[in-house]
Amino acid sequence: MADRENLLIVLLTAIVGLVLSILPLPSWLTVVRPAFLVLVVLYWSTMTPYVAGLTLGFLCGLALDVFQGSLLGEHALALSLVTYLAVRLNLIMRAKPLFEQSLYVFAALLIYELLLWVIDGWTGRSLSSPLRWVHTAVGALLWPIVAGVLGRFHAAR
Amino acid sequence: MAGFGTTVSRPIYGRGPSPGLRFTVCALLSLTLMYMDQRQRWSERIRFGLEAAAYPVQVAVNSPQAAWHWLTDSFATRTNLRLSNLQLQHKVNDLEIAQLRLQSLEQENAQLRELHAALPPLAKHWLIAEIIGVEAVPLRQRLIINKGAHDGVHVNQPVVDGRGVLGQVVHVGPWSAEVILITDPEHALPVQISRNELRTIAVGSGSADELLLPYLAVNSDVKSGDLLVSSGLGGVFPAGYPVGRVIGVRRETNQLLAQVRAEPLGRVASSREVMLIDFDPKHPAAPPTASTLAAALNPEAPPPPPPKTKSVRGKGAHAETAPAETPAVTTTVPTEVDP
Repeated sequence: MADRENLLIVLLTAIVGLVLSILPLPSWLTVVRPAFLVLVVLYWSTMTPYVAGLTLGFLCGLALDVFQGSLLGEHALALSLVTYLAVRLNLIMRAKPLFEQSLYVFAALLIYELLLWVIDGWTGRSLSSPLRWVHTAVGALLWPIVAGVLGRFHAAR
Repeated sequence: MAGFGTTVSRPIYGRGPSPGLRFTVCALLSLTLMYMDQRQRWSERIRFGLEAAAYPVQVAVNSPQAAWHWLTDSFATRTNLRLSNLQLQHKVNDLEIAQLRLQSLEQENAQLRELHAALPPLAKHWLIAEIIGVEAVPLRQRLIINKGAHDGVHVNQPVVDGRGVLGQVVHVGPWSAEVILITDPEHALPVQISRNELRTIAVGSGSADELLLPYLAVNSDVKSGDLLVSSGLGGVFPAGYPVGRVIGVRRETNQLLAQVRAEPLGRVASSREVMLIDFDPKHPAAPPTASTLAAALNPEAPPPPPPKTKSVRGKGAHAETAPAETPAVTTTVPTEVDP
């Protein structure tokens, strides 16, 4: 089945995204490192919402929680919300050129980070630094590249 | 948007429950997890299982770095090896001499304290662990190490390197564990200045080369170059272990507290291996357990197990092992080191 192949590709790219998200890097690079996994989940949930939907978002968020040692469920909730929006708005977003898609992605990443920020604040996890917002802009700028790379897999099917 | 989407997208994602329902389920699940993780401790068991699943990925992610280290190690030239061998031999000689001096000092100390024999070593058990993951985001200073519950690692176990305190274990998985470094902003460590035994708390700053001492009064006796050692309060670290060195003191006359910065002595950023310690709880310099604390705080109760020893590492070990007749010193309730 094409769906099954698709699911395999989705899972593989999600694992690559996860690895890129948690790969140890020098500290200045971690500041500008985009949330690769979120970008991958966003791509698949807009392009193939019938294969990769909320379950993928939730599980990827949970994986982020485990690997980053954050409050369990924090990233899961944020990523579920973003995935939900992506699935809801997938037709609108797919019709836009890449540049405008970047703006949507920027908004999605901002919502994602805002939710994390709020939860961090409520639970008294750690102080906030303005640097945590940098990755949203970087992620939006990188979206055309991510979409291009993932689109190649998508089309190659 | 939904009205636009329904007719077109029905056949596409018509299978299974609707996205709205799915989102509600996911959100409720996340909220429950968060509540459990924040309020109740038994989510540790879920975390334990998840960390077991995460271990292979952590190893895989670390493998390029490990491979690089392996490569550089195996292609080290003969001259380099001989050089480092020579250096190590010198170091061994130095340490042996220092050890001899230490032994005689220990004996002398025991005699002065009218003990019949020197005390057994403080550390009961050492475990060397390799770092397999680093999180050095500005506001999170954590390590993942490759030893876990199967090797006897437990939560709140102190982590040190050859130079000083590094941190303590916060989460334990079966084969891996997460360590919070003393430079993490969520970590506070009771310390004391070794020059004058002034007690205070060192809080992580979020950057790997700085600790903050935010609770020292403007007129307190602290200056650059002072050595900070752990004070043994707080029940995690033993007394007298080196922590850091003061690198800057700023006093402003209109403020009640001085702004003191220190650099950690343990190589927080560059260690490849760390040591996990189990302390002998009977040793006077060991961190206090609940029972010894209760004994020390309550003069009627029988004194803690080694009754003759007053303290080994100077007055630093007062609070936890002070004999029952001096309860005045023991009123300091240990500060939390809880991350």
